[in-house]
Amino acid sequence: MILDSKIPEGPLAEKWDKHKFNVKLVNPANKRKYDIIVVGTGLAGASAAATLAELGYNVKAFCFQDSPRRAHSIAAQGGINAAKNYQNDGDSVYRLFYDTIKGGDYRAREANVYRLAQVSVNIIDQCVAQGVPFAREYGGLLANRSFGGAQVSRTFYARGQTGQQLLLGAYSALNRQIAYGKVKMYPRTEMLDLVMVDGKARGIVTRHLITGEIQSHSAHAVILATGGYGNVFFLSTNAMGSNATAAWRAYKKGALFANPCFTQIHPTCIPVSGGYQSKLTLMSESLRNDGRVWVPKAVGDNRAPGDIPEAERDYFLERKYPSFGNLVPRDVASRNAKLACDEGRGVGTTKLAVYLDFADAIKRDGLDAISQKYGNLFEMYAKITGENPYEQPMRIYPAVHYTMGGLWVDYNLMTTVPGLYATGECNFSDHGANRLGASALMQGLADGYFVIPYTIGDYLAQMPAARIEPTHPAFKEAEAAVRADVDRLLSINGTRTVDEFHKALGQIMWDYCGMARNAEGLQFAKKEIQKLRAEFWNDVKVVGTNEELNITLEKAGRVADFLELGELMVDDALNRNESCGGHFREEYQTPENEALRDDENYTYVAAWEYTGPNQQPALHKEELKFENVKLTQRSYK
Amino acid sequence: MAGNNPNSKPMNLTLKVWRQKNTKATGRLETYQVKDISPEMSFLEMLDVLNEDLLRSGQDPIAFDHDCREGICGMCSLYINGRAHGPERGTTTCQLHMRKFADGDTITIEPWRATPFPILKDLAVDRSALDRIQQAGGYISVNTGGVPDANEIPIPKSIADKAFDAATCIQCGACVAACKNGSAMLFTSAKVSQLAMLPQGKVERKTRVENMVAQMDIEGFGSCTNIGSCAAECPVGISLENIAMLNREFISAKLTSENL
Repeated sequence: MILDSKIPEGPLAEKWDKHKFNVKLVNPANKRKYDIIVVGTGLAGASAAATLAELGYNVKAFCFQDSPRRAHSIAAQGGINAAKNYQNDGDSVYRLFYDTIKGGDYRAREANVYRLAQVSVNIIDQCVAQGVPFAREYGGLLANRSFGGAQVSRTFYARGQTGQQLLLGAYSALNRQIAYGKVKMYPRTEMLDLVMVDGKARGIVTRHLITGEIQSHSAHAVILATGGYGNVFFLSTNAMGSNATAAWRAYKKGALFANPCFTQIHPTCIPVSGGYQSKLTLMSESLRNDGRVWVPKAVGDNRAPGDIPEAERDYFLERKYPSFGNLVPRDVASRNAKLACDEGRGVGTTKLAVYLDFADAIKRDGLDAISQKYGNLFEMYAKITGENPYEQPMRIYPAVHYTMGGLWVDYNLMTTVPGLYATGECNFSDHGANRLGASALMQGLADGYFVIPYTIGDYLAQMPAARIEPTHPAFKEAEAAVRADVDRLLSINGTRTVDEFHKALGQIMWDYCGMARNAEGLQFAKKEIQKLRAEFWNDVKVVGTNEELNITLEKAGRVADFLELGELMVDDALNRNESCGGHFREEYQTPENEALRDDENYTYVAAWEYTGPNQQPALHKEELKFENVKLTQRSYK
Repeated sequence: MAGNNPNSKPMNLTLKVWRQKNTKATGRLETYQVKDISPEMSFLEMLDVLNEDLLRSGQDPIAFDHDCREGICGMCSLYINGRAHGPERGTTTCQLHMRKFADGDTITIEPWRATPFPILKDLAVDRSALDRIQQAGGYISVNTGGVPDANEIPIPKSIADKAFDAATCIQCGACVAACKNGSAMLFTSAKVSQLAMLPQGKVERKTRVENMVAQMDIEGFGSCTNIGSCAAECPVGISLENIAMLNREFISAKLTSENL
């Protein structure tokens, strides 16, 4: 298979405009003859569904939550980047492009990232027009703050709830189209298979989570906007329901999965407190604008933070990276926190935490100013830990947060399955090996509002408008397979719960395919995952029936997929004999413990093809060409 | 592994939980014992522990809605000891931690109770009526593209901040569950006032309030009698002022209605 990224010819800055002109258009009167399925209603899904409906297409949108507004984009805190240069501090489309490429450790496509930076400015205009209440200055204009990996202030925000406000904007646009009848919304409905007819994606099979009804839906194209797979690790900042099932089933139908080992471990999360822990909570990166990260200089210093004098504290990020300080990119901050804890300088009762201290900021700006900026985050921290972060430093530790890998897509965001698209976190294309803060919201909305509405028309314009009914044999076959999977899960009646398997998988992934990896550990992990998967299918306990709200059955299907995806992540991490961004192979590091890339051998996207159950997947490579940016060792010193 | 407080002692609790097979079935409170509950656990993690025990003994686990567990998605609910989202003010159930309870406590857990929120199973209810109120007018009618530059519409910071406060509603439905009339006024008013305050939203302010209020009535939500329990129980602190604003918007819209 040859991976054709379909990157348009021409200078970087002109590619997208040129492409928009070259794509074929569907006549306005013909758009109503085409049906599009959108799975997932987060930023990428809701924005795409609303915009495609506005254009005149018939859209069917699906989410597993009880309302489209609950998709996990809602929990994004810090902000959204855009190259508006409202602050007159030297920002530009090219700088946002450059920062993103560099932040991703040179493992993303130049053309996609440049387009992302270009449309970033339109996103802010769109959101303001929808009534999104961004933070403003006293003069009434929009406010900005800075985020990791950038030396300009280009992040737009709505207190610590930017994701919520952006999603509510997209949700309102979606609601308008639901009211018009242009979008049919299917909440509490989970996609369990992709249906292909004549080699093209023509629909999906779903299970209704309340009634258990298994149903087919046909369309002319399918968009997966189903988010990332961080929950492979069991503990992550993802929502409890976030899962990889839709993407994984598409992979098994022929969509290639790219760079699965690129996972982002976010440096500032509330540490684990016990074995019952169900999820981890992020403390926004924006806190690193004012918070200072430190640990005691001495190993085993058990004094309370307030009792440790200034001279005996190690502000390790400021010490090692004087020019970026506490605002180094996430992978660098996380790895350094881990190093400090590995050295025995961690804090708190578990010793798996570092301090994030606001004392200086409060002294400098006053308590009110800090509370204005971060009030809701401080409150959340206090609720979870029972400690007051205004009086004592926060304890934080890295946690799985985002997955840069995902379904392989070309410049049009189409996967290797014709008619199947992937947008937002579900695809792999824009963040390389590490995503910069405030760029996930940007990408989700860029894909949904401004990219897919153009590129999907190019595909639809070239296919007949005739519909395929969901009674077509391909749908009946897929329904039967879904039904068989459900029956199989219900019939095992073993002794171990789904969560036990999920936790065991998470532990393997965290220990061997987490913040630091090595070949030996990865090989061990691969065997362990295979063993665990075999045990799952022999010994998992799923009670109840299909025809009801069955929370165990839902979870079992998702965990079954995680047990396969986890192995692919390990395969990918083993294959990539270099360190880059969030993928840190211990064998490949500089003397200063920084990630050591191997540009000669690994400047490619690793795209994996499914070859059958329990078979080794096939690797395909998309070479990355850098025509505008020179590859250098990332330095934030 | 202990958290920040090494002295926190595990607790034993008695739970009375509403169990109901489906919408049509009759439900009742069942009693369960949970042991060795860490005060560092969240309330939902405590229910996870109970559900794991139930599963291991082959029983049907308790269905409850939840997703982000960060207090922002609005999917969790639960009436805990007669309070929407439990005893802690300004907190969703998922952010409620067991340190708010004491060893030996009996905790009663029920679903939201309101006619427009039919029970689906156990503690999970159908809140789609709230989505339909939003669909009736909770938006500004702009298509993607063709909008002015974001800084062409200056908005005074005080107005932007106030609009933001109203916009933080998480659509959990606690206001309805807490209201003796089962009214959705606080919920509806939050969206109405957010958009009425902003210059972008003023164009449609009359039809918006009329249509959203009409939908509220169609769904069977009760009337507002200004008791204020909605705002008292709201986990994100949506203010009663929004209801006053909705009433003002509604009366002025009706007096000068464009819905002829």
